Amino acid sequence: MSEAFEPKILAFLCNWCAYAGADLAGVSRLQYPPAIRVVRVMCSGRVDPLFVVKGLKNGFDSVFVSG
Amino acid sequence: MDKCTACGLCVEKCPTVVVDKFNEGLGKRKAIYKLYPQAIPSGYAIDAENCRFLGHGKKCQICAKLCPAGAIDYEQKDEMLNLEVGSVIVAAGFKAFDPSGFETYAYASHPNVVDSMQFERLLSAGGPTAGHLERPSDLAVSEEIAKAEKRLKKLGRELKQLEKKHSKSTDEVVEQFKAGAEGEDYERWASMAERLAASESKLADLKEKEAGARPPAKIAWLQCVGSRDLNKCDNAYCSGVCCMYAIKEAVIAKEHSKDPLDTAIFYMDMRTHGKEFDDYYNRAQQGGVRFVRCRVHTITPVPDSDNLHICYVTDDGKLEKEEFDMVVLSVGLEAPASAAELADKLGFDLNQYKFAQTGSFAPVSTSCAGIYACGALQGPKDIPFSVMEASAAAGAAASRLAGARHSLVKEKVFPEERDVSAEALRIGVFVCNCGVNIGAVVRVPEVAEYAKTLPNVVYVQENLFSCSQDAIEQLIQVIKEQNLNRVVVASCSPRTHEPLFQETLRNSGLNKYLFEQVNIRDQCSWVHSNNPDAATVKAKDLVRMAVARGSLIEPLPVPSAPVTPSALVLGGGVAGMVSALNLGQQGFKVHLVEEKERLGGQALKLNKTWRGENISDFVSKLIDDVNGNENIDVHLNAKVKEASGFVGNFKTSISSNGGGDVLEVEHGAAILATGAHSIKPDEYLYGKNERVFRWHEIDKALETDLVRNASSAVFIQCVGSRQPDRTYCSKICCTFSVQKAVELKELNPDMDVYILYRDMRTYGEREDLYREARARGVIFVRYDLENKPVVKETDGGSLEVTVMDHVLGRPLTLKPDFITLATAIYTRGIEELGRMFKVSISKDNFFLEAHMKLRPVDFATDGVFVCGMAHYPKPIEESIAQALAAAARAANILSQKTVEVEPIVSVVDQEMCIGCGLCEICCPFGAIRLVKIEGTGYRAENISALCKGCGSCAAACPQKAIDMNHFRDSQIFASIQAGGAAA
Repeated sequence: MSEAFEPKILAFLCNWCAYAGADLAGVSRLQYPPAIRVVRVMCSGRVDPLFVVKGLKNGFDSVFVSG
Repeated sequence: MDKCTACGLCVEKCPTVVVDKFNEGLGKRKAIYKLYPQAIPSGYAIDAENCRFLGHGKKCQICAKLCPAGAIDYEQKDEMLNLEVGSVIVAAGFKAFDPSGFETYAYASHPNVVDSMQFERLLSAGGPTAGHLERPSDLAVSEEIAKAEKRLKKLGRELKQLEKKHSKSTDEVVEQFKAGAEGEDYERWASMAERLAASESKLADLKEKEAGARPPAKIAWLQCVGSRDLNKCDNAYCSGVCCMYAIKEAVIAKEHSKDPLDTAIFYMDMRTHGKEFDDYYNRAQQGGVRFVRCRVHTITPVPDSDNLHICYVTDDGKLEKEEFDMVVLSVGLEAPASAAELADKLGFDLNQYKFAQTGSFAPVSTSCAGIYACGALQGPKDIPFSVMEASAAAGAAASRLAGARHSLVKEKVFPEERDVSAEALRIGVFVCNCGVNIGAVVRVPEVAEYAKTLPNVVYVQENLFSCSQDAIEQLIQVIKEQNLNRVVVASCSPRTHEPLFQETLRNSGLNKYLFEQVNIRDQCSWVHSNNPDAATVKAKDLVRMAVARGSLIEPLPVPSAPVTPSALVLGGGVAGMVSALNLGQQGFKVHLVEEKERLGGQALKLNKTWRGENISDFVSKLIDDVNGNENIDVHLNAKVKEASGFVGNFKTSISSNGGGDVLEVEHGAAILATGAHSIKPDEYLYGKNERVFRWHEIDKALETDLVRNASSAVFIQCVGSRQPDRTYCSKICCTFSVQKAVELKELNPDMDVYILYRDMRTYGEREDLYREARARGVIFVRYDLENKPVVKETDGGSLEVTVMDHVLGRPLTLKPDFITLATAIYTRGIEELGRMFKVSISKDNFFLEAHMKLRPVDFATDGVFVCGMAHYPKPIEESIAQALAAAARAANILSQKTVEVEPIVSVVDQEMCIGCGLCEICCPFGAIRLVKIEGTGYRAENISALCKGCGSCAAACPQKAIDMNHFRDSQIFASIQAGGAAA
C-alpha cells in the first residue's frame, strides 16, 4: 500500500443524529478528509449487514455506520 | 431574512467587534451577527446600536456590498402590529440573579469568579472556548496578547514608514537622538521605538503567562447565590433549579477535562426533587463530585495568583481553607423587569417576588381572565415543568376559545397529483451554487456537465440559490415544461430544505416522494474548502448516487385516517378530572374511567394546599363540574380490559362492576392519570402503635384530642424514599410536613414540634413556609441514611425517638405524643396499562414520558398522554398544570379531522415471511406483530400508524420479507453501487 492511499469510505448516517452531526461539521467549517460517501438512513438500525458487504464488494475500502 | 442564506460572509468582513452578550460577556461578536449558531431563523441581523453605518453614521455598508443574496436592508424598522386575540399567554421567562453586589464573593472584581450562566457558556461547544474548559483569567491573557500584537504591528508599520521617508534605520536615529542630535521626526521616532520595546517586553511577559496557563484543576460551586437569602438580597424563595444545574455543570466539567478535575459543590440542602434527579445526584457522588454542606461567606483572591480561597466549616465543626482555580456562583432566578411592565400593561397581579400571581387550582391563570402565564415568569422552575405549563396555558386558553376554533384557518390546496407510473424516467438535476458557499469551492458547472451524462437525466440546471423564491417558481415551471418525473437537487441539507422542495414538487403536481436531495454544501464545499478538486469529485459522486437512487424512488400516497373526536381519561383523581373537564369544555366527548366507587382520588384525604387554599371545596366543585358536563361520561368501579388501535383511532373495552358490564369505546386519544399511593412502612412502629401516622392521616387526626392536646410531635421524613430500594425523592413530603408543623404551632404554640429530615426540599416559594416554621420554633434535626432515627415504645406505652443531632453531634431523645411519617409515594398496577397502550414504564415504576425535558406529558406512542402522580409524585398545583397540558396535547389530535400517516414505513411480504418474529422483537415502537393466518401459521403484520420508519425490522428480517418505503433495499443498493463505482 502506497503512502498516498486514500480510502473510499461508505458512510451510513442516521438522519436524526449522525447526519445532523455532518451538517454541524459543515456549518462549523470543520475540515476532514474527502473520503466518505454518505447514504442517509432514517435510523442506523436500518443498516442491514448485507449493505456493508455490498459496499465492500462495490469498491469501497471501508464502511462507517453512525447513529 | 427571507433572502439570507446564512453564508456568513458579512460576519467575516464586518469591522466592528463587540462584547457577546449571548456568551455572558465572555466572548466577542461582530455588529452583524446571529444570536447563536443554531438560531432560528438561521440568518444574520444587524445590531443597529453598534453598526458603523446605522449606529455611528459612518460610511461602511460593507455587508451590503458583499452579500451575494442582496439580503441586507438598512431601512428595516421595528413594526407595530395590531392583533385581535381571544386570550393572551405570557411567558416572559426569568432573569438570572446578578451577584455583582455581593462584595465578599469578588464576582465583579475577579475574572475567575463566574456565575453559572457564564460557566454554561464556557462548557458549550458553541461558546467562547468551543467547549474547552479555560479560566477567564487565561482567556483575558489571550485577548491581551491579541491586542498587544496588533499594537506592535501598527508601531512597526509606522516605524517602517519613517525609515523609508528618511532613509535611516531606527537604531541609528535612536542612537543619534540619545546623543542629543536633532532632526525631523526624531523625538517622535525615538519615543515610538521606546514604546515598541516596552510592548515587546510586555508581549513576552504575556506569552510566558499564556504558556503557563493550565485548564482549571479545581472548581467550586456556591449554591443559593441570590436565592434563600433575605440578608444580602430580597429573594427569600428557593430557585429550585440550581442544585440540579450545579451537579450537571460539575459532571460535564469533569467529563470535558482531560486531566482529573476536582469539583466541590457547597450547598445548604441538596434539592434534587425532580424525576430521577436523585439518581443523577447519586451518580455524581459516585463519580467523585464533592458535596460540602456549608454556606460560604467569603471568597478571597489568593495573592500573586489567579486562584481563590474558600473558607468553610465541615460537618464536625472544623474550619477549613481550600484553594480553587475557579469559583462558580450558582445564581438564582428572578422575575424579569418585563414582568412588572407586562403586568402593568395587561392588568394582572404579581406576587411579593414580582412573579405572576397564580393559584394552586388554576396554576396557569393570572388574576385577569383570559390571560395565562407559564414558565419562570410565574415562579422559578425547571425546563420540564416550564414546558408542561406552556401546554397547560395553551389548554386553558383553548377551552376558553373552543367556539372560535378553526375560524382563522386557511387551508392550502395543492394541484392534483400526476400519475407517473406509466411514464419513462425523466430526471431533472438542479445544482446549486448557494451564492459562493458551494460555487467557490466545488466547480458547479463541471458537476452540472457531469450530471448530464448520467442515465435517465433529461434536464440539468445550475442555480445561484435553489431555495430563493424565484428559483422555486422556476422549478415548478421547469418540472411542467420538461415533464420531469424525478427531481434531484444538489445543494444543502435535506434536514433543513427537503420540506421546501417537496412542497414545490407538490405544487407542480408531483408526489413529494419523487424528490431526492444531495448535500454538496455541508458535505463538500464547507468541509473540504482547501481541496476544490476533491470536493468536486465528491460532489459528482454524491450526485451520481442520488441519480441512481432517484431512478428507483416511487411515489408514496400519504394516507390519512379519520380521527375519533373523543378521549379516554383513566383515573378520576384531580389530574384525570381536570383533563376530562378541560377536554369536555373544549367540546370533545370524554370517557372518564375510575376504578373506585367515587371520583376524587387522593385529594379527598387532604385539607389544604401549602398556600392554605381549601382542597375539599375545590375537589367537590370539580366533581360537580365533571358530573355536570354533558360531554363527559363517568365510568365508576371501572377498569380497562383491553386497548388497541393507534393515534386518532383507539378502541378500548371498559369493564365495570367487577367485570359484569363491558363497554367498548372508540377514542382518538388517551390520557393516563392513574395516580399513586403512599407506602405502608414496616418501620418506625407503623401499624404497631396507633399514634404513628402516615403523612396524610395527620389531616384527619388534627381534630382528635390526641393531637390537639399533644405537647410534643415528631415528623420523620424520607420514610421509604431516597434509600437503596427506592432511590427517588417523593417530592411532596417536605412541604407537607412543614405545613403541618406550622398548623400544629398555630394550634398550640407551646407544642414542641420536631422535623427529622435529610435535605429540606421546600423548593420555590415553599421556602417561605420553611422560614415561617423556623420562626415559629419548629425544630429541624437532620439525620443521614446511615443513622436513621430509632422509634421505640417504652414500658409505659409512650413513644421515644432517638436521633443523632447534627449540630450537637450527640444522640437526642424525644418523647413525642405522636409521630407522622412522610412515607414514599409509589404506583401500583400500571404495568398492565403500559402493555395495553404500548407505553414505557420507568425503573422507579412510574410512566415514562417520550422525553423527560421536552415532551413531559407525551408518550413515545402517539396519541397517549400522561399526567398527575402516575408520572411522578407531585403537589396538586403541578398535577393540575400537567393535567391541563395533557388535555391540550390530546386536543391537538382531537381537533383534527384526520391524521396523516407517515408513509415511510415497513412493508411486509407475507409470502416470504416465515413467522420467526425477529421483527416484532426488534421493533421499539410495537409497530410490527405476528398474526395468525389460517392455514399458514404466523406472519408479520405492520401497524403503519405506530411505525416510525427506522427500518430495524427490515435489517433484522432473515428472509428479506420486510422492506422500507422510500428506503428500499434496492434504492440503498443503487446508492451503494453508484457510490463505489469510479466516476
